[in-house]
Amino acid sequence: MTTTQTQFETVIGLEVHVQLSTHTKMFCSCQNIFGEDPNTQVCPVCLGLPGSLPVVNKKALEFAIRIGCALGCKINSFVKFDRKNYYYPDCPKNYQISQFDKPICYEGAIDIPTEDGTHKTIGITRAHLEEDAGKLVHADDCSLVDYNRTGTPLLEIVSEPDMRSPQEAYDYLQKLKLILSYLDVSDCDMEKGSLRCDANVSIREMGATEFGTKTELKNMNSFKAVRTALEYEINRQHKVVLSGDKVIQETLLWDENKMMTVSMRSKEAAHDYRYFPEPDLVPFTVEQSTIDEVKHHLPELPEPKLNRFIDEYKLSEYDATIIIQERCKANFFEDCLKIYPDGKKVSNWLNGAVLQEMNARKSEITDINLTPERLVELIKKVDDDTISNLVAKDVLGMMLDSGKSSAEIIDEKGLAQVSDDGALDALIDELVNEHQNIVEQIKAGKDSAVGFLVGQAMKKSQGKANPKKVGELIKRRLLDG
Amino acid sequence: MISEDDVKYVAGLSRIYLQDHEVGSLQKDLEKIIGYVEKLQKLDVTDIEPTSHALPLTNVFRDDEIKPSLDRTETMKIAVDQRDGAFKVPKVIE
Ligand SMILES: [Zn+2]
Repeated sequence: MTTTQTQFETVIGLEVHVQLSTHTKMFCSCQNIFGEDPNTQVCPVCLGLPGSLPVVNKKALEFAIRIGCALGCKINSFVKFDRKNYYYPDCPKNYQISQFDKPICYEGAIDIPTEDGTHKTIGITRAHLEEDAGKLVHADDCSLVDYNRTGTPLLEIVSEPDMRSPQEAYDYLQKLKLILSYLDVSDCDMEKGSLRCDANVSIREMGATEFGTKTELKNMNSFKAVRTALEYEINRQHKVVLSGDKVIQETLLWDENKMMTVSMRSKEAAHDYRYFPEPDLVPFTVEQSTIDEVKHHLPELPEPKLNRFIDEYKLSEYDATIIIQERCKANFFEDCLKIYPDGKKVSNWLNGAVLQEMNARKSEITDINLTPERLVELIKKVDDDTISNLVAKDVLGMMLDSGKSSAEIIDEKGLAQVSDDGALDALIDELVNEHQNIVEQIKAGKDSAVGFLVGQAMKKSQGKANPKKVGELIKRRLLDG
Repeated sequence: MISEDDVKYVAGLSRIYLQDHEVGSLQKDLEKIIGYVEKLQKLDVTDIEPTSHALPLTNVFRDDEIKPSLDRTETMKIAVDQRDGAFKVPKVIE
């Protein structure tokens, strides 16, 4: 290896397609729905039949403005649609209605965290509205086309080539998804294809100002796949350049099974889209008052919420970060805090036992039979020593299974802690007899041995003994005597 | 100048299959059309707003309300070939 090995810099830009969760499609009144039988959600507009005319869905335009505002974009006061011409069976009218030179949103930004605890700003070039194409399934002998997805409203969010590593690309996607999830504009489900990401990547010698030749990566179906595909592709480009060859500008498909990028040998002709204004749609004007109205109604976004939770409820950044990952969880948290003062305790429950139950049930916090009132009631049962923390976790599971309150369950199952001196004394008598050696250790000053006896007491009482009380009684008996 | 290759390229983009003898005459036609556009290019349009639509209308919307789609049996009548409710086309990926 030579000492003058070339150092490369990676340059990544991302194009994210967000399916908007409007009730109907972008340009017709067919239902915008996933998973129906092929070609059951189509009309003459979807099929591009002669004489059919598109009409813009007002809601889709509103959603686009909402997203633009949340991403700090400027909103164009004049919006028009254009035809992007291409021939492929997924698009029966041979053009996609998109936006060329007057995208609805432009010049925004997203901040991503960096390793040194600060943040880096990734520019957003533009975000434009367009319609989705149909779905192709390739069989051995033919391709099969389902036009249900045709006309689904998409917002394509194009970033600046500001990312310098696959991890930065991953962080950008996470942040974008988090913001989108707060806006009620998309279900953001990658498995359903509601969020799709293509990546442009190139390398250049460190310090160079010109960009290298880029390749476009497609077909990644998770954020992790985007990161892995980028790692693979950057490595491939390094090898090409170091061997003295040139990177060819092309579209590559990520093959998740082979874990490699493969050249897309499609029968689609070279890209020459010949954009021109869509004659079937008149232009749109967006008034400043409309934009102000949208901004006014934006929910509190993840980042301000994070900072407020840290400030107002004294949460650690780590705890607050997990809480705000889902808007419904953040709301749940705040509803608890309206009736209970200890944010740290509530967050421990939400990020611990409640999260486990949610995962076990594969459900959101809103779907697990739990209200903020019920959770707070349970936490208070631990506070006042009615039950131990351990038993409380079991009670939580039973609450969710039965829909009953913690009080009802503790009553029915007789789970209330035994704190009564008499009953506990009898229990300790047994333990002292059974564990003479431990008793000696405690008397010799080994504090941790007390914990062992408390553990045994919990076991014997099936979790019902008050551990604090047991510990005190053991110490009093063995040490003070 | 429009070359024969330009004509073939443009025809290819639009999936128009030309006979060899058609290329020459289309080349002349295209040259005339492009020539006319070039004439227009000479006009000074500095202060004129680009026209994006011939109709003097803006903001034509539709409310987000679902209406019934076509019945699939109806839809598939226009399919040249079909399988399992999907349009069957020649394989488009290798
Ligand atoms: Zn339709």
